Amino acid sequence: MIANFGYGTLVITFVTALYGIGAAVYGVRKKAQEWIDSARLAMLLTWPLLTVTALSLIYLLVTGHYELEFVSSVTSNSMPAYLKVTSLWGGQAGSLVFWSWLMSAFASAVTLRKWSRDREFLPWVIVVALITLAFFLMLVIVYENPFSRLWQLNGGRVVSAMYQPAGSQLYRPPDGQGLNPLLRHPGMVIHPPMLYLGFVSFVIPFAFAIAALVTGRTDDRWIRLTRRWTLVAWLFLSLGLILGGRWAYDVLGWGGYWGWDPVEIAAFMPWLTGTAFLHSVMIQEKRGMLKHWNMVLIILTYALVIFGTFLTRSGVLSSVHAFAQSGIGPWFFAFIGLTFITSMSLLMRRWNELKSEAHMTSLLSREALFLLNNLLFIGILVVCFWGVIFPLISELVTNQKVTVGPPFYERATAPLFAGLLLLMGIAPLAAWRHSTMKTLGRAVWKPLVFSLLVLAAVFATGIRSWGALLGFWLAAFVTSVTLYEFWRGALARRRRSGESLPLALWRLAGRNRRRYGGYVIHIGVVLMAIGVIGIEVFQTETQGTIAEGETLSLGNYAVKYESLATFDVADGRNVARAVVSVFKNGKYVGELHPRRDYFYESQQPMTIPGVRSTWEDDFYVLLVDWQPITSQGATFKIYHNPLVNWLWLGGFVFIFGTMIAAWPDRESELAVEKARRTKYAAAKA
Amino acid sequence: MKQRSHLWLAISLAVFFSLLVVGAALAQDGSPRTPTDDEVNAIAKQLYCPVCENIPLDVCGTQACEQWRGLIREKLAAGWSEARIKQYFVDQFGDRVLATPPARGLNWLVYIIPPVAILAGVFVIYRAFMAWKQPADELDSEQESASREDDDYINRLEEELRSRQP
Repeated sequence: MIANFGYGTLVITFVTALYGIGAAVYGVRKKAQEWIDSARLAMLLTWPLLTVTALSLIYLLVTGHYELEFVSSVTSNSMPAYLKVTSLWGGQAGSLVFWSWLMSAFASAVTLRKWSRDREFLPWVIVVALITLAFFLMLVIVYENPFSRLWQLNGGRVVSAMYQPAGSQLYRPPDGQGLNPLLRHPGMVIHPPMLYLGFVSFVIPFAFAIAALVTGRTDDRWIRLTRRWTLVAWLFLSLGLILGGRWAYDVLGWGGYWGWDPVEIAAFMPWLTGTAFLHSVMIQEKRGMLKHWNMVLIILTYALVIFGTFLTRSGVLSSVHAFAQSGIGPWFFAFIGLTFITSMSLLMRRWNELKSEAHMTSLLSREALFLLNNLLFIGILVVCFWGVIFPLISELVTNQKVTVGPPFYERATAPLFAGLLLLMGIAPLAAWRHSTMKTLGRAVWKPLVFSLLVLAAVFATGIRSWGALLGFWLAAFVTSVTLYEFWRGALARRRRSGESLPLALWRLAGRNRRRYGGYVIHIGVVLMAIGVIGIEVFQTETQGTIAEGETLSLGNYAVKYESLATFDVADGRNVARAVVSVFKNGKYVGELHPRRDYFYESQQPMTIPGVRSTWEDDFYVLLVDWQPITSQGATFKIYHNPLVNWLWLGGFVFIFGTMIAAWPDRESELAVEKARRTKYAAAKA
Repeated sequence: MKQRSHLWLAISLAVFFSLLVVGAALAQDGSPRTPTDDEVNAIAKQLYCPVCENIPLDVCGTQACEQWRGLIREKLAAGWSEARIKQYFVDQFGDRVLATPPARGLNWLVYIIPPVAILAGVFVIYRAFMAWKQPADELDSEQESASREDDDYINRLEEELRSRQP
């Protein structure tokens, strides 16, 4: 009953989306506002309808309706209720419903804004958002139906179908297979929704861009309208990536946070183009330049959002042949191709109307440096994209699969990331339009001297790795430039207004949240870079088998194996939990409990590290193996991860900065536009 | 004379047995020792098993990967070099066990395309920049010398406009 209800609302939503697309196009062609308003209402309706679908599915998951194939594959009796809810995105079918539901939320939200000044955009925003939504709904209805039930045929064979096959009866297993153990982590509760939110919210700026191309209103209005949407999308995507890193660190048991896995890269690629876009639109807003490029970037971001979902959902990563066999793979491929070609054709059609309003006048101007920043982001994108698809090409051409692993990505992207950090230090000091070595040198020398002093201090501590020295110098340089910018701005404001320095700083940041939010983001990136340098350059590890009472050493640290206990827990796990004492420089500093959970339902083990965290380092202990009967003892793998917690702190600062930048302010768009126009009028006069 | 010959015989036997003992002891020291976990992991982290995609062998917890690590240990114990062990796995399971594709044949593309694309990007930007710069050179010198002060002017203008908003 509930399954039929959920499926019914799903189909109604799909029909509503199709109607919305048709009504919007018809309304434009016939210049009939009532049809466009009707399309708008249709888009608004998709969210409540899909909410009913999602709630129906959650109800079925929580109440253990194992006659549904999806429910039986992701839940089980022993799972806690909150995990039953989050298992909505624990499998293919449910995650596509969840994706669609979030998409409909954003699509509905965008209909609620005031459209009076931008009425011509409305039908095309509806068309783009609803085409995207309808595509995902079609996949759910036709190929990945979460409401599909299990039926036992006369011969005893169990099949999955929405409606009862002839001569069969409903099959209801007593228990489900349960959620993949790797997904039973608090990080997994938040990580996928954040990534999906990031993905779907990038559809909105893309929809506005397409609306601008179709209508020919190719000034920067669409950018101003979607500035906050883009920042919100970027915020969620960033949060999703950071949480994913933390989840990998806590759950995957390999002492790292980022493995250059294609699934990680799939989420990282739209983030790269999105970040390039966020920088590049500033040039269009300030100087009326790079209009073509901004269109290209948002089209690429949308394509990469769909491509990322395609990579993770079509099975193409396991084998290029799995893609062809999967129902949704070819559809995804066709959809990406069609939307990309259509978008680029529209861009070509408007190419001449998107001419720059100004010229690049200096290689050291801020816009030139932003352009260089874009090149580096796109360079990293090329490395990532090529690294992900090359194994597929190799398999297709030579029938032999190859692995493109972390060494490739690290070697190829490290200089590009270093270049980005350097630009992060220089660009804020460069002026718009024109900057010379002299003016830039005058602005940069104080932070540069400070950063060189920091470099000398780091060198004095005995660090000789040139990579680490370069990284720490760049971190010091960007930090000093950013803090110098805050300091200079606050001082100027205090001089002018007579406010106290803290108040001046507060108001300065409040009056230009985007700029100073951006600087806070830069500080976050620097802190993250310190963590990355720590773990990438200075991480050490060892593994050994020790008997009870024996110790295993790594650098200044040692672990003493105290005891091990194995026991069953109510949620269907067998837990082997070791107790180890940790010593630093011979002094006892605490006790850790690394453990290995074995999930009976999925017959899958999971390694949970015992971690001692400080700002200086993480001491990360894994229980690899144990022999409870013999006297040989247990095998432990231990990692020393210096500075890794700066990575997580940087993540917090980064998100905080993005929230500052995205926070609505009272700045009048009209005023900024007027200022820009006035400036060009003055320049041309 | 006979006593002396007995003495020489005794000394010879003592030296012979001493040499035997020393030889045996030396042979003992020269025998292959058991490799440490760290030595095994140093090689394992450069290999990927074909089943557990994108998880290096040193951290993969599956039974199959455990067996592979055991195999590495055996080969190390037998005195194989790191390169020979890696080649053994490549021969058995193909190039995909390596963390990066060996630079030959089609695989060259994986290393060539990214730098070529980036250099092409640099070239395109340089050309575009030169094209933009051309008309800019014709601007009068007053405009050319505009710098950060220009920004401050615009900022003041923006603030003034903002303050006039109702």
